[in-house]
Amino acid sequence: MSEKQALLSVEGVETYYGNIRALSGVTVHADPGEIVALIGANGAGKSTLMMTIFGMPRARTGRVIFDGKDITQLPTHEIARLRIAQSPEGRRIFPRMTVQENLQMGASLDKLEYFDEDSRMVFDLFPRLKERINQRGGTLSGGEQQMLAIGRALMARPRLLLLDEPSLGLAPLIIKHIFEAIKELNKTTGLTVFLVEQNAFGALKLADRGYVMVNGIVTMSGSSAELLANPEVRAAYLEGGRH
Amino acid sequence: MADIQKIEPDSVFVKAVKEGLLAGALAFGLFFLIVGFRTDQNIRNELVLNQRWGLLAIFVLVAGIGRFLLTAYITPWSEARSKNKRAAVEKEQSAFRKSFPKIGLGLLLIYPFLVILILWAYNGSIMGGLQGSLKYVDNFGIQILIYVMLAWGLNIVVGLAGLLDLGYVAFYAVGAYSYALLSTHFGLSFWLLLPMAGIFAALWGIMLGFPVLRLRGDYLAIVTLAFGEIIRLVLINWTVVTKGTFGISGIAKATLFGIPFTPGPTGFAALLGLPNSGVYYKIFLYYLILLLALLTAWVTIRLRRMPIGRAWEALREDEIACRSLGINTTTTKLTAFATGAMFGGFAGSFFAARQGFVSPESFVFLESAIILAIVVLGGMGSLVGIAIAAAVMIGGTELLRELEFLKRIFGPDFTPELYRMLLFGLAMIVVMVWKPRGFVGNREPSAFLHKRKMVSSEFTKEGHG
Repeated sequence: MSEKQALLSVEGVETYYGNIRALSGVTVHADPGEIVALIGANGAGKSTLMMTIFGMPRARTGRVIFDGKDITQLPTHEIARLRIAQSPEGRRIFPRMTVQENLQMGASLDKLEYFDEDSRMVFDLFPRLKERINQRGGTLSGGEQQMLAIGRALMARPRLLLLDEPSLGLAPLIIKHIFEAIKELNKTTGLTVFLVEQNAFGALKLADRGYVMVNGIVTMSGSSAELLANPEVRAAYLEGGRH
Repeated sequence: MADIQKIEPDSVFVKAVKEGLLAGALAFGLFFLIVGFRTDQNIRNELVLNQRWGLLAIFVLVAGIGRFLLTAYITPWSEARSKNKRAAVEKEQSAFRKSFPKIGLGLLLIYPFLVILILWAYNGSIMGGLQGSLKYVDNFGIQILIYVMLAWGLNIVVGLAGLLDLGYVAFYAVGAYSYALLSTHFGLSFWLLLPMAGIFAALWGIMLGFPVLRLRGDYLAIVTLAFGEIIRLVLINWTVVTKGTFGISGIAKATLFGIPFTPGPTGFAALLGLPNSGVYYKIFLYYLILLLALLTAWVTIRLRRMPIGRAWEALREDEIACRSLGINTTTTKLTAFATGAMFGGFAGSFFAARQGFVSPESFVFLESAIILAIVVLGGMGSLVGIAIAAAVMIGGTELLRELEFLKRIFGPDFTPELYRMLLFGLAMIVVMVWKPRGFVGNREPSAFLHKRKMVSSEFTKEGHG
């Protein structure tokens, strides 16, 4: 672990679905201001780790520590109130609500106090959302929904942003745009980002550090450059699939 | 290909004739034994076979000609109409829709007097107008408004928060019995007991809410269904307090700020120097329930713009997303149950005051089903749609009581009352086929930035991007 205190650290976490163990002793961390990528194949447990950080499901053993506070047993909504926001797997925007209302839901922690300035920031990042402001979430295209999911998470003024597969099902150009937006955000505001991706190349290019997860176990970790150069990672995730 | 195209022009007519004949033959096969023959007992208890060929012919002709007309004229006409006029109709509708709530409210406000005036003109005497209006104010006005209010209350739970509640009538019962018991035992007034009934119902709403917090969809529906039945069974079996199926009668009527609606010298009519009539109380009740229903609507509209109402709607859309946005889904669900139940309780105490009698008979599952059907038919979440649905469903069933003219067609043995529920069911199916998302299926957003720039509903489909 690094010298400065990590913003998020997951220590030896094991998560079960019934009797099936999805995560086995996972230890990862994210320092303030970092972009950390977690890569792995389908079913490796990436999204489970993401949801475990949010307490749905809870870790059976191990601890999740955010900013020096043990949040393992906290209910999900209280975890969110510590300013951890996520753009969850499958986006989970509110389909019958307009873009505006979706963003308002994101800002509900502060009772819309900073809505105007924060929504301006989101619209600067994703101008498409501004054009669609009064359109229902369910009528947006996949890429726009992803932008909305990230925008909604940002409206909560997060200290830590969890992104679950932001590139899933999107066109390369849109993926590029979204990744650029994340980078931009990280640079300008120092936002800590924890990113789960199957798109290993794109994610490692974006991130400062990375973890590789296989069958619920973190098998490799290191700086993005190291991982990108690692022959095993190259063979498993990068060769023949450079997105 | 060329041959087929030549046949095309007259094929609609030919097709219609064929389908008409087929429908007639089917109807004949279907009704030959059911309608064509009838066994009756004669005076010596013997079975006598009656033949009813005329009636059978009517059935067959209606089916055949109906099918023919449908295929030959109505379907092509409606297709052409929807093709040509869609744009124009959209525009007209939206203008009409905007002012509809205001027009509707205005009509509701003058409804009792309108009825009296019309009947006065029709009967030629003021008393005739007053007495004749009883039926329209009571059976149609009050009855429909009770269901409007109940459906608006349930709408908070089902339409906004998305929690399928099949036992809503339980809260109606709690409200009704709260008023009935506290009024008969302690002599408390309606105006004191109305809010109390609401509070009691809200408490029961929270009591139901706690155990079902983790349930959604089908499972929630089953538990709420059971809850409704439990309340009813308690009312039947706890005879010491509720007098069981016997019911509680002689419940005090509501008063207008202490002025009773009785024929005596201190009564409403005497004080205002009006002729004695029961209609004043009915008109008073009409405005009372209108006020209560409008209160429900006002609270719903206000809440939808507040964080809690937003949270309800977000909960309906996606519970997991809600939680990860920091919304406490437990309190959100409980407030939805409590608020919905409270309005059920208000309606219940009004019901008790109106009837003067309550028994468990009034709170059967069918009531819950009807209220839920109104919410679904109206288009979940839309107040105007629900009001229209309540008027159609409840007004419709009331109208169906008056099918006496059918006796002239089907003979004096025909009992139209028996077909009431059948027609009612048919009407529901037709509406759901015609408007699968209810009368007003589009959710009206509660927040706009700058101007209203909505994409026409033509281009939007709800659900998945």
